[in-house]
Amino acid sequence: MKILSEIKLPAKLENLGSLLQSIMSAAGQEGFSGPKLNHIEITAEEAIVNVFNYAYPEGNGDVEVRCKEDDDSFIIEIVDSGVPFDVTSLAEPDTTATLSEREIGGLGIFFMKKMMDDVRYSRENGRNVLCLVLNRKGKGGSSAGQV
Amino acid sequence: MEINTRKESNVRIVGLKGRMDAVTSPEFDKQFNAWLSDGENAFIINFSALDYISSAGLRSILSASKQLKANGGRSLFTGLRGPVKEVFELSGFYTIFEMCDSEETAITRMK
Repeated sequence: MKILSEIKLPAKLENLGSLLQSIMSAAGQEGFSGPKLNHIEITAEEAIVNVFNYAYPEGNGDVEVRCKEDDDSFIIEIVDSGVPFDVTSLAEPDTTATLSEREIGGLGIFFMKKMMDDVRYSRENGRNVLCLVLNRKGKGGSSAGQV
Repeated sequence: MEINTRKESNVRIVGLKGRMDAVTSPEFDKQFNAWLSDGENAFIINFSALDYISSAGLRSILSASKQLKANGGRSLFTGLRGPVKEVFELSGFYTIFEMCDSEETAITRMK
């Protein structure tokens, strides 16, 4: 497992740009391009903003973002030490609903599952660890990106 | 994100430019709510200069359109392309909104 980038900042909206930049630069070095890069940015934004919104309801804390690669996959690891929050347990929206029926929300986890090859959550030593995983084969658009 | 806007008769035409994400979407919400408070109820949103939209942006668009519909208003969308169009399609949003192939078509249809 090789670490491509690592950044730790206070979990505040003003840091979204810097955190995303770190991920996008690692993804670019990995050779991802086109729609796949867009998918990476959207899912990473969602995961990071979840930490901003839910991890530290009564105070401040940090978010750590680490990009890693192994032989098969590119992994974005997002870690916080806030309250337990498993995004993978949330319900997905009904994407066939009409405007009046369509509920606001649920899109984040839907995009993660659609756009990534795997999404893994674990609670480790009082920390939330969310891994967004993309297969390294077919970087321009792996199977998860085809719609 | 830049929000460029003009009015043609009673129709508010809104051009979105740049990135519509968790940081910039609240600007859109604020602006849109101000228009709704002023009683505006006909909107054309042009996405042709928008390069990126995240789920935060989609939530703003959905929330605005729901409020508008509840007020008896109407919105037409145009100019979706590239990654923005793909995200609309993937989320099912492409079929729940009225799409027009150009701003001119949208203006004609709104009348």
